Amino acid sequence: MEWDWSAVSDFMPHFWDGLLVTLQILALGSVISFALGLVWALLMRTPSRWVRWPVGVVTEFIRNTPLLVQLFFLFYVLPEWGVQASALTTGVFAIGLHYSTYTMQVYRAGIEAVPVGQWEAATALNLPVHRTWIAVILPQAVRRVVPALGNYVIAMLKDTPMLMAITVLEMLGEAQLFARENFQFTEPLTVIGLAFIVLSYLASLFLRALERRLAH
Amino acid sequence: MPTDTLPNPGTSPERSTGELIRLEQVTKRFGDNTVLDHLDFSVDAGKHVTLIGPSGSGKTTILRLLMTLLKPDEGTITVDGQKLFPATEKERREVRKQIGMVFQQFNLFPNMSVLRNITEAPVTVLGMSKDEASERAKELLDMVGLADKCDARPAQLSGGQQQRVAIARALAMRPKVLLLDEVTSALDPELVAGVLDLLRDIARSTDITMLCVTHEMNFARDISDQVLMFDSGRVIESGAPEKIFSDPEHERTREFLSAVL
Repeated sequence: MEWDWSAVSDFMPHFWDGLLVTLQILALGSVISFALGLVWALLMRTPSRWVRWPVGVVTEFIRNTPLLVQLFFLFYVLPEWGVQASALTTGVFAIGLHYSTYTMQVYRAGIEAVPVGQWEAATALNLPVHRTWIAVILPQAVRRVVPALGNYVIAMLKDTPMLMAITVLEMLGEAQLFARENFQFTEPLTVIGLAFIVLSYLASLFLRALERRLAH
Repeated sequence: MPTDTLPNPGTSPERSTGELIRLEQVTKRFGDNTVLDHLDFSVDAGKHVTLIGPSGSGKTTILRLLMTLLKPDEGTITVDGQKLFPATEKERREVRKQIGMVFQQFNLFPNMSVLRNITEAPVTVLGMSKDEASERAKELLDMVGLADKCDARPAQLSGGQQQRVAIARALAMRPKVLLLDEVTSALDPELVAGVLDLLRDIARSTDITMLCVTHEMNFARDISDQVLMFDSGRVIESGAPEKIFSDPEHERTREFLSAVL
C-alpha cells in the first residue's frame, strides 16, 4: 500500500482536536490523581481505624480492577443513580481516581522516608500537627516522590485512549473515526503513534529538569 | 565574642527559682528492657546538670521523656509545677513551650533557609510577627557566629555550623530548659570546640536551665553545677563536678571515668 500525504493533511485538523482533548485528560487527570492520592495517603495515617479501614478497602479495590471496567461503570451506571456528567468529565474523573490509588502509595513511601528526627524536631519546637505536615514533612516527602509521580503521568498518557470506550474523542478516537470514514488507517494511526512518542519524550525531559531543580 | 552582648534567650521577667524539673518514680521500659527503674530526681532552675554514664544507662531516655518524644510507663514528670506526665496532650503542649532541645543529628529542616528554621516556631507557635521573629533570629545567628548564613540551606553548612543553627533555633523559643543530647557526637573533631565554646557562653551568660548528656568530660566539668552518674537506669552518684571527677565515691563511677577520661 502507498503512503498518502494528502490523507495526513486531511487528518491534521482532527488530530489537533484529539491532541487537545488528550492533553486535557492528562492535565486534569494528573491534578486529580495528585490531590486525591495525597488525601488517601494522609487518611491512611490517621489514628482511627474506622477511617483507615474503609479507605484501604476502597483504594485497594480501585487499584485492582481494570480502568476500562471503571470507565464503563461510571459512564453507564452512575446516570442510573441520577449523576449526570459529560463523557469527558466522567473519563477525567475515572482516570484521576484510578491513578490516585497508585500515587497514594508513592506519597506513603515519600512520607515514610522523611527521617524521624524531623518529626522530633517539630515536636521539640512545639509545632502544631498541621504545621508539621505542611511546613516540614510534606515539602520533603513530595520532593522525594516527584520522579515516581512523573512516571505515573507518563503511564496515564498511555492510558488516555481508553476513554475512547466511553465516546471521548481523544487522539485515538479521532484517528479511528477518520480511518473508518475514509478507509485510510495507516496515516492517522501513524500520526498519533508519533504524537504519543513525542509527548512521552517531552514529559520525561520536563521531569528530569524538574528533578534537577528540586535536588537540594 | 564578648558575652555581655548575648541576647538573653532564657530570661523571662518572672524568673522562677527553686525546683524546675521533677521526676518521681519514673519507669521506662523498651520491651523487656527496663531503661529507667523508678527514677527520682529534680533539677533547680538555672542549674546546669550533666548526665554521664555508660551507653544504655538511660541518660538520653530522660531527655527524650522531658521533650515528650517518649512516654513513661509509670511515674510523674513535672516542669515548673505543671504536669508533663500524666497530662492531656493539650496540657503537654503548654508545658513543652518551656523546653527546647538540641539533637545529636541537628535535625534542621532541610527544606527551609537557616533563617526560617529559626523563625518558623516563634511565628507559628508563639504568634510572633515575621519581622520581629526575623530580627530576633538574626541576633541569635549573630550570637552563634553565623550572621552571614541567613539565606543558606542547612545542607550548605558544615556539621558544626548546622549544630550552632540548631542551638539558635532552640533558643528562639525562649525556653526555660535546654536539653542537649550528645550535641557534639556527630561532629568532626575539629568542629567540636566551636560548639562547646558557644554552649559555655550560653551557660555563663543566661539563666537557662541545662540538662546535658555528653561524653565530653572536660566540657561537663566546665559548665556543670551538678553531675549525675547513671548506671542501669538509676542515679548511682551525684554531686559537684570537682567531687565526681576527682574523688568519685562509687566504684562504677571510677571505672567509667577511667575508661573515658
